[in-house]
Amino acid sequence: MSSGASGGGGGGGAASGGGNSNHQRGAAQRPNGQTQNKICQFKLVLLGESAVGKSSLVLRFVKGQFHEYQESTIGAAFLTQTICLDDTTVKFEIWDTAGQERYHSLAPMYYRGAQAAIVVYDITNQDTFGRAKTWVKELQRQASPTIVIALAGNKQDLANKRMVEYEEAQAYADENGLLFMETSAKTAMNVSEIFLAIARKLPKNDQSGGGGGGAGGSSQGRRLAEGDSGSRGPAGACCK
Amino acid sequence: MDEEYDAIVLGTGLKECILSGMLSVSGKKVLHVDRNKYYGGESASICPLEELFSKFGAPPPDESYGRGRDWNVDLIPKFLMANGSLVKLLIHTGVTRYLEFKSVEGSYVYKGGKISKVPVDQKEALASDLMGMFEKRRFRNFLIYVQDFTADDPKTWKDFDPNTQNMQALYDKFGLDKNTQDFTGHALALHRDDSYLNRPAIETVNRIKLYSDSLARYGKSPYLYPMYGLGELPQGFARLSAIYGGTYMLDKPIDEIVLGEGGKVVGVRSGTEVAKCKQVYCDPTYVPDRVKKTGQVIRCICLMDHPIQNTKDALSTQIIIPQKQVGRNSDIYVSLVSYTHQVAAKGWFVAMVSTTVETDNPEAEIKPGIDLLGPIRQKFVSVSDYYEPTDDGLQSQMFISQSYDATTHFETTCLDVLDIFKRGTGEEFDFSKIKHELGDEEQ
Repeated sequence: MSSGASGGGGGGGAASGGGNSNHQRGAAQRPNGQTQNKICQFKLVLLGESAVGKSSLVLRFVKGQFHEYQESTIGAAFLTQTICLDDTTVKFEIWDTAGQERYHSLAPMYYRGAQAAIVVYDITNQDTFGRAKTWVKELQRQASPTIVIALAGNKQDLANKRMVEYEEAQAYADENGLLFMETSAKTAMNVSEIFLAIARKLPKNDQSGGGGGGAGGSSQGRRLAEGDSGSRGPAGACCK
Repeated sequence: MDEEYDAIVLGTGLKECILSGMLSVSGKKVLHVDRNKYYGGESASICPLEELFSKFGAPPPDESYGRGRDWNVDLIPKFLMANGSLVKLLIHTGVTRYLEFKSVEGSYVYKGGKISKVPVDQKEALASDLMGMFEKRRFRNFLIYVQDFTADDPKTWKDFDPNTQNMQALYDKFGLDKNTQDFTGHALALHRDDSYLNRPAIETVNRIKLYSDSLARYGKSPYLYPMYGLGELPQGFARLSAIYGGTYMLDKPIDEIVLGEGGKVVGVRSGTEVAKCKQVYCDPTYVPDRVKKTGQVIRCICLMDHPIQNTKDALSTQIIIPQKQVGRNSDIYVSLVSYTHQVAAKGWFVAMVSTTVETDNPEAEIKPGIDLLGPIRQKFVSVSDYYEPTDDGLQSQMFISQSYDATTHFETTCLDVLDIFKRGTGEEFDFSKIKHELGDEEQ
């Protein structure tokens, strides 16, 4: 990652840009040539039972879209979105499960190096809340001990069919040190807010970052790209 | 599981995962099953360390090994050629975004009981202690010839026909002695034995070019290694397959491959469930009656708390022991990775010595490699059979991969995968089918 400023982004904590087609580098120099923001990049993973709205939350956050009949995740499992905090640009590299959770076949790679996770359940379905607790346990077992976990009670727009009480989920979140919000990908309620809350809680000065329990947070590897001669890998908290 | 699929893939080794990804990307409905509860089969990296010890029946590791979870130990040692087929597959499929790599620091070759850096350019050739003064000049001329060589420009062939004349003739043209031929053929062209000498020179010239092109890409050595071990590779391709709609089931025993008319596969049974399919792709362990054993590979995993001597304390390295140096028919390979790749706890190294088995006492065969390592804290030896399918699968529509061979890189792995894909689908894999707008790729 290049160190330096960010002029880009909506500022003031708003999610910026258009997601998929968003090629802003977040490190553009201000016209006066001064550098201002530092950029932090974080890997965020989504977890939760099938059909609780994981992909819908991401789609709402990244592209501002919602599809009533969102198909099971196909072909959209790696998105990025940038949030501007006060003096920091936080770039999320968002991993969707690609359906591999369905038969409990998520690969360790999925959790590897994740610095944040959103565990999603459907407030109209008690079972999905039970599963969410299992995913939290799985994260505590598999992921980095410093991972920031948010619990999202999705489909808040269907509160009249509610089966999971707000207070119950809040109490569980408090016990386990999780961020908690009820969200609606349909109405966009609390969608940007939950990502923003995560962004605020993430450590922004720690070079080694989450690291997935790696040995001593040593230097990162590199990503490979066509015709390149090696750019440094962006995964891992890479504040400069 | 009780559904109908275009293809069912059995086993989540690297080859099967690449195939699964390619099939899903090509629009096929894929079910991918593994009897194990982890990804990777034989190409998994074992984590935690306790698991590795128990796999080999050893008492649990003591505290000096650090946290067990910090270890990811490969069962099969290989590196990626930086300009090789697997890297191309990774980039074209976008799987590279799930992975991070490090360059392997050193590439060495064994001669007369000690190791020397493999010289790859003119400067290194002149500084190398592998050759005498006059031989260095001859080798330098040879390297320049290979560098300038262009397959479709006969002017660069310099009165030599690489398509009909063999490699021995090309060595002779430059007057290279047996020692130079040895490290050129084995450490640069990465041939496993000497049969290449009698084949057209073009093959070896292209291999040397692959080596130097790979080297030019990231420096130091032509090899790359993924952070957290080779087991990340199958997981990455499995994710690709899932993103394109592939269904994944781990920990699912396979009880029967169901055949229909004319011995053609129609489904796969697990317990009372049957998934229907038009094709099966699998590794040899799922179809013992349809493969033949064609050899054996010995691999010795060595856990050490120090780097290998005379490698400038490299945290990763490869050493090739050309067969002739130790009176064998096939080379011995030594590879070393370490904590810097997140495959071992801080301060620890994992070396692997491997070769194609030639005698009844395979452990004695790898001794020259083991002797280079210095003190070893823990050794795990495995001898695995090498299997090939008995037929091309066209009749049964069951396409079976070959076992992983003793080569140090993934070139033969990719050749097998591309060949299976072509047999199974009747066409070459079309890279343009990958939707590049899938992710926000900022490099």
